[in-house]
Amino acid sequence: MSPSRSSSEASGPPARSYLDTPGTGLRSWLLTLDHKRIGVMFLVAVTIAFFLGGVFALLIRLELLTPGPTVMDAMTYNRLFTLHGVVMIFLFMIPAIPSGFGNFLLPIMVGAKDVAFPRLNLLSFYLYVAGALVALYGMIHGGADTGWTFYTPYSTTTVTKVVPILLGAFILGFSSILTGLNFIVTTHTLRAKGITWGKLPLFVWALYATSIIQVLATPVLGMTLLLVAVEHAFGWGIFDPARGGDPVLFQHFFWFYSHPAVYIMILPAMGVVSEVVQAFARKNVFGYKAVAYSSLGIAFVGFFTWGHHLFTSGQSAFDAGIFGVLSMLVGIFTAIKIFNWTATLYKGSIAFTTPFAYFVGFLFFLFFGGMTGIALATVSLDIHWHDTYFVVAHFHFIMVGATVMGFLGAFHYWFPKITGRMLPDRWGLVAATLVILGFNFTFIPQFLLGNDGMPRRYFSYPERFWALNVASTAGASVLAFGLVMVLVYVVVALKWGPLAGPNPWGSRGYEWMTTSPPPLENFEGTPVFDREPHDYQDAADEASPAMAPEPKHAS
Amino acid sequence: MQASTAHLAHHFESLEKQTHAARLGMWLFLATEVLLFTALFAAYGVYRFLYAPTFSEASRSLATWIGAVNTVVLVTSSFTVAMGLHQAVHGRGRRTAVLFGISVLPALVFLGFKYVEYGHHFHAGDLPGKYYTGAIPGVGASIFYTLYFLITGLHGLHVLIGMIVLAVVGALAWKGRFDATYHTPVELAGLYWHLVDLIWIFVFPLIYLI
Repeated sequence: MSPSRSSSEASGPPARSYLDTPGTGLRSWLLTLDHKRIGVMFLVAVTIAFFLGGVFALLIRLELLTPGPTVMDAMTYNRLFTLHGVVMIFLFMIPAIPSGFGNFLLPIMVGAKDVAFPRLNLLSFYLYVAGALVALYGMIHGGADTGWTFYTPYSTTTVTKVVPILLGAFILGFSSILTGLNFIVTTHTLRAKGITWGKLPLFVWALYATSIIQVLATPVLGMTLLLVAVEHAFGWGIFDPARGGDPVLFQHFFWFYSHPAVYIMILPAMGVVSEVVQAFARKNVFGYKAVAYSSLGIAFVGFFTWGHHLFTSGQSAFDAGIFGVLSMLVGIFTAIKIFNWTATLYKGSIAFTTPFAYFVGFLFFLFFGGMTGIALATVSLDIHWHDTYFVVAHFHFIMVGATVMGFLGAFHYWFPKITGRMLPDRWGLVAATLVILGFNFTFIPQFLLGNDGMPRRYFSYPERFWALNVASTAGASVLAFGLVMVLVYVVVALKWGPLAGPNPWGSRGYEWMTTSPPPLENFEGTPVFDREPHDYQDAADEASPAMAPEPKHAS
Repeated sequence: MQASTAHLAHHFESLEKQTHAARLGMWLFLATEVLLFTALFAAYGVYRFLYAPTFSEASRSLATWIGAVNTVVLVTSSFTVAMGLHQAVHGRGRRTAVLFGISVLPALVFLGFKYVEYGHHFHAGDLPGKYYTGAIPGVGASIFYTLYFLITGLHGLHVLIGMIVLAVVGALAWKGRFDATYHTPVELAGLYWHLVDLIWIFVFPLIYLI
């Protein structure tokens, strides 16, 4: 990357980027309607949430270091795993890529000046903050011990502060709905001239599919959480069998949203790696349409799989079988994507940079997590694994592993675009190695533990599970160390990182056609989109980093 | 400056596209509203199946005529809202304002009837969950009233919001903020009001008739 780096240092950053127009004061950020600034604020917020959830995770692993009580009592432990789940899912994974990177990039990628409804976009951010604060209030005043799934009747009778956490998640849901609504309308109405549906970047396709789920599934979750809160607060009979309610109805409602929500987390990450693999294999994606439509396929099928969470909840064998088969359809769409990404690598000219390392990690976690998912969708096997650490390891692989890979991959790939500065690639590769290895060392032991019968959410365990739990905790420490390393070099790079120039990777994505960081209305002048995104085959001569136009060279 | 150019946001190339975006956004929002109520309707369906005799008994104990009158009242106001939009399309803002004002009155009647009805339930002890002291025996009746108050309460809240929206948009129309080319808020307020109406069309038979 050195040629463009040295030249851009001499010329300085582009004078008028979104970072200094209209102003740099706190007020100009907090009241901004610019999608880029809102995206950056989301990124800061979700990173804080990620850190908080990570601290909870480390405390959980610390407690599980020894079979008996280690550093806390059982009630504290129950609260910790609940808060870990709530923070990681509602505050980090669901908003991380769509509301953060999506907000920043989607309008640029469709050649628009902003999202369709900038005010709703800002409202979405403040709803996120409000939801987070309400949930935080509940955490400080004791937290909840229900698990993030809030299963009734326990959640309607527990003495812990479950109501503020439910209301927090309810408010966060509206943040998510507004972002999804904005993205759908933006994609429909604000595509620049020349960007047809067939020329949309794959990240936009993935966000579009995600948004459909956000808009159609989240209201049901909102109502469900509200019902639990009402039952807990006022004693109205809804789900509690003591009041004539049906607790399994809650499970249906909850998973009707929460299973599609898994795809809210993973689809944007799939979009990220679709961009990353093209940029660093220097090849057009293999089967653009297959990758694009399989996102929609996952979004569609995702609405018909929720019953696989209820295999042991008294569902009929027939229903269980149907839901098992429907769940496996997700595997087909995911496999289409995996084959297409690997086919993209074939005869590519691979640059093994940090984003690419996260792509490799993503592929592994998605494949391994996906295959264990197929196994879990098999009813007879699920009876054995249900509520064990096998399930915990499976969903951490597929939704946490893959989503975090997508998030970090996006972070390293688009950091130069967002900030105008480069991250240190060597440190990045070291940290990526630690993160990927640490993640594996954390959760592969948990697959084994679950298969041996260790149930999830338990505070203590028999001594025969000790060794693998120590291994898992050790792995979590490596993972945490890797993530802290990322945080350190990011902070350093924000201040001292070398200037990136408009296109340090030599990528052919639309977002690299503008300066880094982009100007207020995303492009200087009217951009011309006369080619497809990532047309490496047609533009082999232009694509190398050294040939990338230098910033401000012409002026 | 025409109202139409003044209302064009910087990131849209034409008012036509902006209106298209606003309309699409509104329809998506209405979809989320429908799904919000769908959860409650689904719960109603499940408990109706579980407690069929109790539910039909509780349903029959409600004053059907109030539900019927309220249905007529809401449909009437939807009609006047539609007439208001028709006037806005032809650039007659004052008439839109008057018609929207007329539409708010039936909504008040609706809420008045609801108030009378709720008062009756409070006296009879027909209340949700642990507060239930009503005449119909069985645990299903308390669930019926939980769902009754949740569904009609949430719908009533929507009526209230819809009234405020109609009043604000009506006031803007009176001030001449809209013309024949730009009257998107009138259209969106109308859509919202029709949805509130439509939800009631489902609530009425579910709760009062069957």
